[in-house]
Amino acid sequence: MSDTIPLTMTPAVGTPFQKAGFRRRLLRRPTTLLALAFLALLFGLAVFAPLATGHDPLGGGDSALLEPLSPGHWLGTDDLGRDIWARVVYGSRISLTVGVLSALIAVVVGVFVGALAGYFGGWLDTLLMRIAEFFQTLPRFVVALIVIALFGTSVPKMILVIAALSWPQLARVVRASVAALAQAQFVDAARVAGMGHGAIIVREILPNVAAPIVVLGSLDIAMAILIEASLSFFGLGDPNHVSWGAMLNDAQQYLRSAWWMSAFAGLAIALTVLSFNVLGDALNDALNPRGPK
Amino acid sequence: MPSFILRRLLHAIPLLLAVVVLNFLLIAFTPGDPITLLVGDFPAPPEYLDQMRREFGLDQPVWIQLLRYLAKVAQGDFGFSFANQQPVATLILERLGATLELTLTALAFASVMGIVFGVIAARFATRSGRSLVDSAIQGASSAGYAIPDFWLGQLLILVFAIWLGWLPSQGNNPVRGTLPGFDGFVQHLSYLVLPAFALSLRYLTLITRITRAAMLEVMHADFILASRSRGASEWTVVVVHALRNAAAPVLTVIGYNVGFVLAGSALIEAVFAWPGIGRLLYESISKRDYPVMLAILLMVSVTVVIANLVTDIIHRLIDPRIERA
Repeated sequence: MSDTIPLTMTPAVGTPFQKAGFRRRLLRRPTTLLALAFLALLFGLAVFAPLATGHDPLGGGDSALLEPLSPGHWLGTDDLGRDIWARVVYGSRISLTVGVLSALIAVVVGVFVGALAGYFGGWLDTLLMRIAEFFQTLPRFVVALIVIALFGTSVPKMILVIAALSWPQLARVVRASVAALAQAQFVDAARVAGMGHGAIIVREILPNVAAPIVVLGSLDIAMAILIEASLSFFGLGDPNHVSWGAMLNDAQQYLRSAWWMSAFAGLAIALTVLSFNVLGDALNDALNPRGPK
Repeated sequence: MPSFILRRLLHAIPLLLAVVVLNFLLIAFTPGDPITLLVGDFPAPPEYLDQMRREFGLDQPVWIQLLRYLAKVAQGDFGFSFANQQPVATLILERLGATLELTLTALAFASVMGIVFGVIAARFATRSGRSLVDSAIQGASSAGYAIPDFWLGQLLILVFAIWLGWLPSQGNNPVRGTLPGFDGFVQHLSYLVLPAFALSLRYLTLITRITRAAMLEVMHADFILASRSRGASEWTVVVVHALRNAAAPVLTVIGYNVGFVLAGSALIEAVFAWPGIGRLLYESISKRDYPVMLAILLMVSVTVVIANLVTDIIHRLIDPRIERA
């Protein structure tokens, strides 16, 4: 689980989202459109899950066990007779909830810490960055695994643990940008005009750091979804919810007899992660218009 | 240079300490009796429980407990696993070989193939960004980066073990005993192929991307143009000049990912029943064997700190321009 994705980031002056042609640059590649379409579909399925399937994702009812793909269960059933399509649809709720919320918390914490460190510098900067470095050193998956194993599992706990392990990269990137901007003339001007530190950071500096934040946030969602799936695969997911990772855990024993138990849940994870990664890369290219990478 | 190494060492020591302290805090502040965490959720003799209470000074202030914990860890004492009836250190050392074999194979494969694909992609990349080979490699590496490695493991088992029947899917050696000599070695390798590939794909794609990016930066440099204009062969230009100068970022990425590969092997070992530390972690979670879990966390974290340290030193050796704080 790596977080070293090459990103070229320079502080942009003028909010990059408002720059002419942002939307055109973002949607230049067909793959970006595909990724956005897939994510829109996925959010739709998650919200309107009961409309997308008539089957209960948690109860098998009177369905046959390990039934192959059929008109009644078009992605088959699992070892307890539960409909795979229904489980894939309902499983999107956990993946998206954990992915989006933990990335959101990581962004808020990362921006806050990074802005403090970059703006004020000095010992506060050193201290905060050493803490960030420590969290970045920790092997995320193993730490998340053990914390959940010790403290018990639930969706909020998973979100918090993943967020706690994801904010440092953002903090470091934001810090670098803020530190560079803190010396800029327009910031001096704001200071001379009598703006307070908080107002300067929020109103003058942060809008210029928005680009890397959005890009990293998108990549963080992908990473969080992978970690949630891995935790659930290890049997540490919330047992009250359907999760793609837990579906793959169930599938492990039945690879020989029911390939469909593994195939569709895994495909759902892979496509979702791929879409968020593609979106992140596209945002990166669109917000840093310096030619193709 | 020696002062650089010294500075990096001084930088790594607080990190190592912090990792150990985190481990201790997990023991001290997890809800429930810390003695359960130290011993595991397993029937242990009451004398041992008393001995642990005394050894860890659970009746004493937290900072004394921390010092005692540090002393024990420094002596390589990670407690006793009642679930396995063995000292934790012995248990981990027994499994270490299998995990090292799997992770090092995966990392080596990912590095070699990643560099090869990255160089090829960069070689075929044009300024307009329209090249079939480059696009294909880039597309494949985006897809590969998104595939969860444990699912890839299941797919490989489905295709190569169940449908085609070419390779074994579980364990690292046949249950019925190994063949003697070279045949046994080949047989053993057949067990290694699938898990090593499943573990490596994510890093292979990552290294491909980094190599491609690093090569592209170098390929347009003046000295490459100079080398071309002197009539150097394409091989000399790409491999000898460009790759050597692109080596630093590539090696950094490989080094920084050692810990992630090690952590990722937990999932792969669970899928392939590979008898290493990851499988041990999987078992210890289901048995609530806390001392083993915490020792593995400590081991992986320490490995990451050391791998990062070594990476920084190597980076500095091949690229002395870079002064890393």
